[in-house]
Amino acid sequence: MEALAKIVVKAAEAAADPAAAKNEAAAASAGFAYGLAAIGPGIGIGYIVGKAVEAMARQPEAAGMVRTTMFLGIAFTEALALIGFVVFILLKFA
Amino acid sequence: MNEPSSLFTAQLSGDAPEVAVTRHMLLRGLVAAPVLVLIASFIWGADGGASSAFGCALVMVNFALAAALISTTARISLALMMGAVLFGYLIRLGIIFAAVVLVRDMSWISLPALGCTIIVTHLGLLFWELRHVSASLAYPGLKPTSGGEASTSS
Repeated sequence: MEALAKIVVKAAEAAADPAAAKNEAAAASAGFAYGLAAIGPGIGIGYIVGKAVEAMARQPEAAGMVRTTMFLGIAFTEALALIGFVVFILLKFA
Repeated sequence: MNEPSSLFTAQLSGDAPEVAVTRHMLLRGLVAAPVLVLIASFIWGADGGASSAFGCALVMVNFALAAALISTTARISLALMMGAVLFGYLIRLGIIFAAVVLVRDMSWISLPALGCTIIVTHLGLLFWELRHVSASLAYPGLKPTSGGEASTSS
């Protein structure tokens, strides 16, 4: 009930000043999008490192090769988060 | 390290390949950065050049931090390495965010130039290094043997 009251208050404020409401919504959406963009790479990095550790445990003599490909995989996955971050700063600050 | 149950105490000794890979990428980044700064200056002016230089530095520090974190924790234990990679990812994203937020109001910053440089430098350096690593894995006989080259063997 309290949350509903807050939404009603927000809607009233938005009706009073549409430009400010639009800016506020854009900022909130940018932050939300950045958060979503960081979740996928987080899952991906966890999966990559987990599988790499498993591979190194099974075959220690291949650890060097596994670590190299793991590092590159992590960096490529992280590029997704960086793209999300760049979109965020362009939406929020530019 | 032969049994999965010893993963928590297993550690990796010897050379750290990610350090060699990162050293490679940093050297290539130093070569590519002036070109990127020049292109950004041409498109966005002097502000774009300064922002591009800042973006290049940010990406290279990010790579260096990632490699340092992995190589340091791998010597301690694999389980610690897993944790450090995941939390390191969050911490490095936070550092990049803080660095951009701190400079966003500076007179010399151009956010489109900074954003484009971050993406282009990150992906460009990775693809450049991937080309070398994949060639080394596919044709081990052709792998460069000089001191500065990346090693993919254990």
